[in-house]
Amino acid sequence: MKKVFCLLLAMCMVLALAACSGGGNNQSANNQSANNQPPADTNQPAEGGEPAAPAEPSSGEPITVGVINNDPNESGYRTANDKAMRDTFTADNGYEATFYNNNDAAQQIATAQQMIQDEVDFLLLSPASTTGWDTVLQDAQAAGTQVILFDRMLEADESMYAAAVVSDMPAEGKTAVDWLASQNLDEYNIIHIQGHMGSDAQLGRTGALDEKVNAEASWNYVAQQTADWDEATARTITQSVIDSGKAFNVIYAENNGMARGAVAALDANGITHGKDGDVIVMGFDSDKWAFEEVLAGRWNYMGLCNPLQAETVDAIIKDLMAGKAPAEKITYTPEQGFDAATLTQADVDKYGT
Amino acid sequence: MTAPVKTPNKRPGESLLRRFTRHQLFIPLAALALLILFNLIADPSFFAVSMKENSLGNPVLSGNIISVLDNASELVILAIGMTLVTASSGGQDISVGAAMAIAGSVILRLVCGGQAAADTLQTPLLLAVLAGILVSMIFGAFNGALVAYFKIQPMVATLILFTAGRSIAAWINNNQLPIINDIVFKYAGTFLPGIPVPTPIFITAFIVLLFWLALKFTNLGLYTQSVGINASSSRLNGLDPKLIKLLTYVILGVCVAVAGFIRVSRSGSINYSRIAENIEMDAILAVALGGNALSGGKFNIYGSILGAYVIQFLTTTLYKYEVPSTALPAYKAVVVILLVVLSAPVVQEKLSSVRKSPAKAAKEVS
Repeated sequence: MKKVFCLLLAMCMVLALAACSGGGNNQSANNQSANNQPPADTNQPAEGGEPAAPAEPSSGEPITVGVINNDPNESGYRTANDKAMRDTFTADNGYEATFYNNNDAAQQIATAQQMIQDEVDFLLLSPASTTGWDTVLQDAQAAGTQVILFDRMLEADESMYAAAVVSDMPAEGKTAVDWLASQNLDEYNIIHIQGHMGSDAQLGRTGALDEKVNAEASWNYVAQQTADWDEATARTITQSVIDSGKAFNVIYAENNGMARGAVAALDANGITHGKDGDVIVMGFDSDKWAFEEVLAGRWNYMGLCNPLQAETVDAIIKDLMAGKAPAEKITYTPEQGFDAATLTQADVDKYGT
Repeated sequence: MTAPVKTPNKRPGESLLRRFTRHQLFIPLAALALLILFNLIADPSFFAVSMKENSLGNPVLSGNIISVLDNASELVILAIGMTLVTASSGGQDISVGAAMAIAGSVILRLVCGGQAAADTLQTPLLLAVLAGILVSMIFGAFNGALVAYFKIQPMVATLILFTAGRSIAAWINNNQLPIINDIVFKYAGTFLPGIPVPTPIFITAFIVLLFWLALKFTNLGLYTQSVGINASSSRLNGLDPKLIKLLTYVILGVCVAVAGFIRVSRSGSINYSRIAENIEMDAILAVALGGNALSGGKFNIYGSILGAYVIQFLTTTLYKYEVPSTALPAYKAVVVILLVVLSAPVVQEKLSSVRKSPAKAAKEVS
């Protein structure tokens, strides 16, 4: 019996360790990919030089960048985001890039410091948490490394980084809630399925809805639960509301995967949804399959969260190399909401990832 | 168990009660009864089951009880495999969630034909599932070999796959999150046409039946148990403890693949870092709830199955009362603490002295 207790204790410890080491694995995988490229300091063995790109800085030296991002397996959004970065910062584009993916801010910080020591020209950063980056930013400034934030913000003075290219999460939430309000329902009984609590996206998308529900008497939460971005949990939550027999007419899921899970529960119970259905379904992000759900009228709304910041970051770096400061310190990626009534195939092809 | 112990100051009815409380299934049954009682008092409509029509026009049963039976499926199947692994090796496999991601990823890769989205099955479903089972068995054998032949602590051995599994799953699909829209693929996770009971319930029943038969008509149970109790003496009796340990991990691999298939079949998609997250903890909790010693040896597979249903019942109850899903682990922690305290030697001694029964009787019963 004592063994049982010992085992349980051991389990806790192992789990705690595992939580730390989860990223270690990622690190090795990515270091490997980084190692495939020639070392940063040496001149690139020019396979016929780089005459192809006239827009490039004239010198043969590639621009060295360190890219710190979150785990690409986190969601379809992140997969697209990570892929765009990797496709943009290539040797062909005149870059010498090292990539690192981890959802743990502490690991990200350690790697950032390593990259600064390796004297990268630019540090591209999508911080897993908004705080704890002060020393990294100071070190970068001292070493002459320019920091560009992408996708996620952190808490620091604007002077500490060169530029930021991010999604405006509160605006995303506001756009979605305004759209919902424009549907002019008599009553809004909402199942609100939240993302990972405390994340930038969750806070922004929840904030706008919370405000509206508190302000309007006809807006109510039937349920407000976090599914932690998980489809299966979203389905369970929705099913439990259906089982309890409460009436609802809106599903506000904070990403597409969770909306899909909720819709699975609706389908299983024969509840109609979408353009001509009883329940309004709303999702977020940029997945192509979700666009297709909206296009087919099975969902009503998708708030685009644009994962493709790579090109903008690329342009900013080229500007900075040419001695031109970016026009705005913080560039918000263009985003909008898509309605089943107005979405076109062209939009799907343009924005779907 | 046959002869109730006669003590002068007890009535016969009490000895029956005592026998019942000593039985291994007492804890999960009591927990289940408690949950049922709570729901009966708080809101009897919890148990209402109604007939509805789903969006495909099929009649389906709907209600909390159906949800519990349906949603517990993956956990029940995992708990069966986990019980065998626990019994034979005295340790737990913590990589089952990650291994489910791998199995799901293999199946989706095949049915989608390597594309990001497919409207029809690109590979026959049976073939894809068999491939998933095979891959899962190989990973099970990997875990089993580390435990049996390299004598690594099960929790440490399976930590490797726990850490790497989700990345492997992503790699199998080139980091895509594939989606299959063919309705046939979703039969296993939702409903078969014309049948109002969710398919996962049938799959679970089939797996339970399979194990019931295997335990009844083969020596699987006996061998697993004897290896878990004393590996060297079972070797002296002509068993190969290493092979049997390996075998239990391979069997768990099969369970993992079936659970992974049900999970991806529910929606036709996968999210590598979220699918079946932390399910290993629930599976181990189910084994413990079932009254099985986590240190191996004697086991009762039906205890673990009941344990799994208790966990799902608890989860569904908490959802019904709108407890934030972030708080669910805290409630499960309370269950763990109760279990650990109840099974602690000091408490056991106190309890048995209260019962005033000889220790011998306790052994007989258990």
